[in-house]
Amino acid sequence: MRTHGTDAPAHGPLSLRAEMKERTGKNTARCYQCGKCSAGCPMAGETRLRPHDVMRLVNQDARARLLADESIWLCLTCETCTERCPNGCDPARTMDALREMALEASPGSPPRALLAFHRAFLDQVRWTGRSFELGLVADYKLRTGALLQDVATAPGLVARGKLGFVPHPIDGVKEVRRIFEACEEATRAASGKKEGA
Amino acid sequence: MRVGYYPGCSLHGTARELDESLRAVAPPLGLELVEVNDWSCCGATSAHATSHLLSVALPARNLALAEEQGHDQLLAPCAACYNRLASARHAVACDAALAETIEDVLGRPFPSTVAPRNLVEVLRARLDLLRERAVRPLTGLKVACYYGCLLVRPSEVCSFDDPEDPVSMEEVVTATGATPVAWRRRLDCCGGAFSVARTGSVVRLSRAILDDARSAGADAIAVACPMCHSNLDFRQKALVRRGEAELPVLYLSELVGLALGLDAETLGLGRHFVDTKALVERALASKPGPAAKPGPRPSAPAAAAKPASPAAAGTEAV
Repeated sequence: MRTHGTDAPAHGPLSLRAEMKERTGKNTARCYQCGKCSAGCPMAGETRLRPHDVMRLVNQDARARLLADESIWLCLTCETCTERCPNGCDPARTMDALREMALEASPGSPPRALLAFHRAFLDQVRWTGRSFELGLVADYKLRTGALLQDVATAPGLVARGKLGFVPHPIDGVKEVRRIFEACEEATRAASGKKEGA
Repeated sequence: MRVGYYPGCSLHGTARELDESLRAVAPPLGLELVEVNDWSCCGATSAHATSHLLSVALPARNLALAEEQGHDQLLAPCAACYNRLASARHAVACDAALAETIEDVLGRPFPSTVAPRNLVEVLRARLDLLRERAVRPLTGLKVACYYGCLLVRPSEVCSFDDPEDPVSMEEVVTATGATPVAWRRRLDCCGGAFSVARTGSVVRLSRAILDDARSAGADAIAVACPMCHSNLDFRQKALVRRGEAELPVLYLSELVGLALGLDAETLGLGRHFVDTKALVERALASKPGPAAKPGPRPSAPAAAAKPASPAAAGTEAV
């Protein structure tokens, strides 16, 4: 934790800690800042907020600050923190929930490259039922402008038979699309309910 | 034994050799892999990083299909797919409201009767057959078993081995006749899904893993995850420093296939970025052992220390 500021009171009726409990079923208040999560975190050297900082800010209701911080997007979900937390606080699941909340609050907030990757990946799945690596990388490049990244390695992938050129939509692709839409609708309905409450 | 097979997207692309080697070792190990018809992507990192509901629904569709198609176990050789399938099942088991929502979202019943299985636990359940049929024991080959994250964590979801001191991969490697080395970074993260969007982190994390395996004297690293393989093999050119030898990274199924006497081409060993030829030649040169007799079994420190406890947990149903 590098600063001590907390945000203005939480949006809506729920504190961040209460909303977290609702979303994940985990009680972040059990965190006593032992730092074991951060000690094992492979990204701790690259993030402004380490896992135990994130847990403390959740308990301090620092919603705006957390949702705007790049750190939550740099979690690799290696689950080391969750495995080692002596109090079952599940920092990895907390990070997932914070990312989801950040997207709901401000869809453009994640770091550009990571968001471009997630969007490209999920669009592949939505439109074909599976992810398709060549299309994924092409889509990612268009979204980020990183047109030359990894260009030198593409021939090697082709030579080894590792890049298919044609995506193969599955038979149930419409069903998969419906699942995406139903999830989006359910999420919208849930957040509408929260705001209306 | 008949088992549902969920290859996942990577095994149709960059991890083709995992699919090829697994399909090749299945018959001699008494496994019949039945691919789930019309499976879809598990959603991987991108789903769980952006929508919890989607991250449960996408794997749930595949578990529901597997059940409809008559399976009670589903082998997902990709550790990431395995973890997503197992996490979805766990989430639904812990949350009745979520279970109901998932059925609405899927438009299908989802009683969640199918148990996801990973590559390591399925191979580990066949050690007797493997020892019996290892016509080409990999004697003298030193292997660093790399678990990474998603095979063993979180243990609430992946309960087949100890999350901090697993032994199952070492047990499989020992059964091939090779020797597992003791090293420190077998449970560290390689950078996983950041391969494209944050390559610098992957280079930092994967280099530490390679360095540690090398200094432990390993001739090769064994993996059971396409992302780990991609980060350690495909990205290795960017990881080795001048003068350092490259370290072949093999899927556990490829090592098993070599011990079973299968040829390198069948196992997809030509598809790697780090050349595996020298390693394969060494394996071929090793003296064929008597097929019926268990070969010499050099003991791994970890495997020898804890023979039964976690091993017993995952084997019964596989």
